[in-house]
Amino acid sequence: MTRFLEIKLQPMRPDYKGGRVLEELRRHTPLNPVRVEHRRLYAFDVPLTNEEWEGCIREFVDPVLEEEARSHGGETPSFVYRVGFLPGVTDNEGRTALEMASAITGRLFEEGHVYTSSLYLVFLSRQSLPEKTFLEQWGYTVLANPLIQKIEIFTQEEWKRLHAFSIPAVAGKDHIRVEEIPVASLDENELQNLNEERHLALSLDELRAIRAFYSREEVQKNRQAQGLSANPYDAEIEMLAQTWSEHCKHKIFASRITYTDSVLNQKTVVDSLYKTMIKDPTRRFMEKKNPIVSVFEDNAGVIAFNDSYHICYKVETHNSPSALDPYGGAMTGIVGVNRDILGTGKGALPHINVWGYCFGPPDYEAALPSGLLPPRRIREGVHRGVIDGGNQSGIPYGRGWELFDERYLGKPLVYCGTVGLLPRTLHGEDGAFKSISCGDIIVMAGGRIGKDGIHGATFSSRRLDETSPVQAVQIGDPITQKMMTDFLIEARDKGLFKAITDNGAGGLASSVGEMARETGGAFLDLSLAPLKYHGLQPWEVLISEAQERMTLAVAPDKLDDFLALASRREVLCTALGHFTDSGFFHAVHDNRPVCFLEMDFLHDGLPQMELEALSPPQNETDAGLGEQDLQTLLHTLLRFREIASRETLYRSYDHEVKGLSIVKPFTGLGPYIHSDVSVTAVDYDSFEAILLSEGINPWYSDLNPYKGTAAIIDEAVRKAVTAGADPGHMAGLDNFCWPDPVYHPETNPDGKEKLGALVESCRALAHFAPLYGAPCISGKDSMKNDAFLDGKKISIPYTLLFSVIAKVNDYRNTMTPAPVKEGDILYILGITAKELGGSAAFRALNKKGGIVPAPSREGFMDMYRAYHQCAEEGMIQSAHAPSKGGLALSLALQTLAGPLGLDVDLDAFPTDGDLSDTDLLFSESCGRILLTVDPEQAAFFEDALSSFTPARAGRVNKEGLLRFLKNEKEIAAFSKDSLMQSYQRSPHVS
Amino acid sequence: MSLKPRILIITGYGLNCQKESAAAFRHAGAHDVRLIHLHDLITDPRPLDSAHLLMLIGGFSYGDHVAAGRAFATRLKYSLATPFKKFIADGKLILGVCNGFQILMKLGLLPDSGEGRFIQKATITENICGRFYDAWVHLKINPLSPCIYTKGLPSLELPSRHGEGRILFKDDTVAARIKENHQDVLHYTGPDGKPTEDFPYNPNGTEGGLAGLCNSTGRVFGLMPHPEAAILPWTHPQALSRSRRGDLPGKGEGLALFVNAVDFIRHGL
Repeated sequence: MTRFLEIKLQPMRPDYKGGRVLEELRRHTPLNPVRVEHRRLYAFDVPLTNEEWEGCIREFVDPVLEEEARSHGGETPSFVYRVGFLPGVTDNEGRTALEMASAITGRLFEEGHVYTSSLYLVFLSRQSLPEKTFLEQWGYTVLANPLIQKIEIFTQEEWKRLHAFSIPAVAGKDHIRVEEIPVASLDENELQNLNEERHLALSLDELRAIRAFYSREEVQKNRQAQGLSANPYDAEIEMLAQTWSEHCKHKIFASRITYTDSVLNQKTVVDSLYKTMIKDPTRRFMEKKNPIVSVFEDNAGVIAFNDSYHICYKVETHNSPSALDPYGGAMTGIVGVNRDILGTGKGALPHINVWGYCFGPPDYEAALPSGLLPPRRIREGVHRGVIDGGNQSGIPYGRGWELFDERYLGKPLVYCGTVGLLPRTLHGEDGAFKSISCGDIIVMAGGRIGKDGIHGATFSSRRLDETSPVQAVQIGDPITQKMMTDFLIEARDKGLFKAITDNGAGGLASSVGEMARETGGAFLDLSLAPLKYHGLQPWEVLISEAQERMTLAVAPDKLDDFLALASRREVLCTALGHFTDSGFFHAVHDNRPVCFLEMDFLHDGLPQMELEALSPPQNETDAGLGEQDLQTLLHTLLRFREIASRETLYRSYDHEVKGLSIVKPFTGLGPYIHSDVSVTAVDYDSFEAILLSEGINPWYSDLNPYKGTAAIIDEAVRKAVTAGADPGHMAGLDNFCWPDPVYHPETNPDGKEKLGALVESCRALAHFAPLYGAPCISGKDSMKNDAFLDGKKISIPYTLLFSVIAKVNDYRNTMTPAPVKEGDILYILGITAKELGGSAAFRALNKKGGIVPAPSREGFMDMYRAYHQCAEEGMIQSAHAPSKGGLALSLALQTLAGPLGLDVDLDAFPTDGDLSDTDLLFSESCGRILLTVDPEQAAFFEDALSSFTPARAGRVNKEGLLRFLKNEKEIAAFSKDSLMQSYQRSPHVS
Repeated sequence: MSLKPRILIITGYGLNCQKESAAAFRHAGAHDVRLIHLHDLITDPRPLDSAHLLMLIGGFSYGDHVAAGRAFATRLKYSLATPFKKFIADGKLILGVCNGFQILMKLGLLPDSGEGRFIQKATITENICGRFYDAWVHLKINPLSPCIYTKGLPSLELPSRHGEGRILFKDDTVAARIKENHQDVLHYTGPDGKPTEDFPYNPNGTEGGLAGLCNSTGRVFGLMPHPEAAILPWTHPQALSRSRRGDLPGKGEGLALFVNAVDFIRHGL
């Protein structure tokens, strides 16, 4: 029997949640309710005695705040919305409710479920009720996402008579079926049909390679000798598709590209961008003194930190899932990258999170193609998902940012990253390396397997369209993962396992398939895997991307201890098989064969893609701003959507947990400004710290992808060193998000140019990342960021995120932007040229063209190292690196960050060519640092930096004004209040 | 009598402030700081016998599902009620921070733990702003309060980060008694230094600006802000500019609460 517990607030308690829904309904639907009342509903599908049920009611209902709603007889809402989950969707609160029922009754309910839902009693002023179809449509606009949730509507009459609700139980049954796919006998049309029907996302060449493999005589013979069918089983085809997906194999980065430079009329061949532009430059960097410990072998790159720790860092993207279900998709993004870190080395502890989003403009009002959520809802959902995922995991965030452009309407970009701490030594071995031996047990830890996320890896390797599978959506469960993380770190410190990796894209197929490379094979019995509900076929168990799972290698003599600790920590762990040297990935379900795949073919059978690239069109012009009113322009920029304060929203993310945050996401006196970097200590007894910064600017790459890439590497490194990073102890991460760069005459006619832009961007990365001391140690590419909806294609701009992780040797020397003392001298390092292409000023004024800023081929590292020396020696009081918005914005933020002001002499800035005042102030040239120095230190400072001609550009004033002078005359002055007012009052981002 | 302070910190199920809480007690000079998983404590509650102070830390036990602290409180009540009653009856100390405070309130150990009957007379619920909010807050300390943790402290500035921090009492009698006994230890203050209900100075909108409560003996204390995240002076938002001006204190302000507790135990409880 299902029992229902409906909880409402006591009459005298204000209903703030109902009030917020009231506002939302008024704002976004034609409904104009006078009141909305919120209630919680728990459906207990659990065998409870009456006495136990009374106990549950006592515990669930807060006696100070709430009461149970026992009947609806006297109630008069105009209608009621019930919002619940669809069958099979993760219901985290329901799981907690079931555990409470267990605690209360002292009994375990293995087969029980508690289903949660929300009720909204809507009271309208007018009598006539709109039709249910309209109410439903409006409900989905505000209250629910139809991919994961269901809305039910009860009229007043129905509500009054209502005693029982429906429950979203999964109606699955156990009928295990293993299909044979007669791949050897399929013609090319049939292969394509198979590809479509099973969402394999394979190319024709790849399908042919699979057909050729299974047509081989020795393969067929070998299978028959094993008592298997000559045809592959469904699980084998699915596993090949997962393993060979763009998501897992990075086929475009591994392809052989013929690049035609249309200006020079030259053809060159690039044999794998990944190998030649990312791996090789990092390997060459490692020939000299460097901090790299492990790279390109594990879930994340690892660098040295101090005697106690190594640190590792990975940034992921979770774009496609976030487009469909912003909340669940983004939450899975953050908890997923936490698992990447937990699966690095012998198991790293997540220490800092980062996030960054590219969205359509939040104030976008025009009509959208069907199938797209409005950018406002995507933004809200993504923020909530990462907030919940990060906060509940107890991991503070260091960096967070947003960019807006209409080209992200079709696919938002959701970057989530994590820094982890690894013990430098663990049981006498280096904590960064794991090993697996033949015979080690394969253990799955964490949550149960459901249909969640089936085909996630192949789905993200396709463009988004109306038929994108619903199962590709998952919801994270941060608490199950937190408990698993605590347990695994405890087990790691006790030496109970040998190797660990996460179950992300491709599920067990990928995690076990990848680990099995070390021994040369694996044997699994999929019938042992714990399931969320009945009715999963073996192939689904193998590739499900159900969240919160890690795969481990446990030595047979440690298995009992490992499982015993797991049971004390209430973490589900199951031995599924063992690693072998058979040369095969062998999976069964009980005695039934499911998968018998040759490891060599699985990992190396994928044919290399051959692609063509054309150099991208030249879009730069020598446009400048000309003469503009400085007052208006600076205020416009402070209100500009990427620059203006998002403090209130960003404070919903925890940045203080662990009590180690030194440079926080906000700096100043309050109201605060956004910081350029974060600095986080690693423990409570040392002054060493981890610094994070990043560069991203798709608008530079619109005009020139090579220079745009060079500029963001300079920006990320410059921000890091300016704040206090050790220039000899850094590393970089590349995250490429690109529109589909594979040419197709109808669907992607400009594919060759898009690939050309990628080649150009990679060329700059290969040159500048090592030159700047930030070699790439981890990366990720997402190559199909196009949406094809209502016959319209929306492609994202070329978007590279370059993240820097660095060591700060003593965080007490960290620089912040706020000037410290009246009379200190303001210096500028570096030269300003008329480089406004892609600049914030151009975008705010809707100007096209311009020259993209870029460092010279030699870069600016010598100057940055000299600067760092001065900062370590205490010569510098405050510093800031101008980036988006140029000198003007940097000076404004420096003024806003503290109690003092700045007098700025415009004649003093070294320039390359003649620049108008506004061009000087809003150009975004690379290689510049603004800083203040005590006059007593000025001579030492100028001496130390003499090769880089530091220029005295003004002084710190005590009036708190930002004053611009020319020929010793004031041309503009800004009070702190007026600057802050613009910075805080953007109509576009609130 | 001089005791060597032994501290017990419960972990597990989504609680997450154990590292900084343990560091806070160590920096405050505690003799023995032990982390124990709730499952292990339920299996063998004896560590409660030897401990002088029990800390319920911050975090998201059970994901704040149903209501913040509710599921953890239920678990404690149904498995450790007797040892908890004895712990309080022995005059030992309990400190609850954030989620730990929510758990203490939902267990009914605050504001009236003396009875030890687990009757809930107050609760902590959703912030009026409807969301989690992370910012440093200014707190005024009630000088008449019996709270042993805040002795001699006029005010504190601490990080606050929660989504459910609004304190409510069952009725006016309960509220009046708390005032009368000076159990209202901490209040959020605005720029004028007076208790405030205004966001963001008071992140949750609690009436009268209440941020922390003790029981009538002053030994059981719960607060929403996080003193354990302010043990280093360097985590203060203006630490770097203060240090450059030469006016950064040697210790974080939050440490004082832990030092008071450790000293109180050392002097014989």
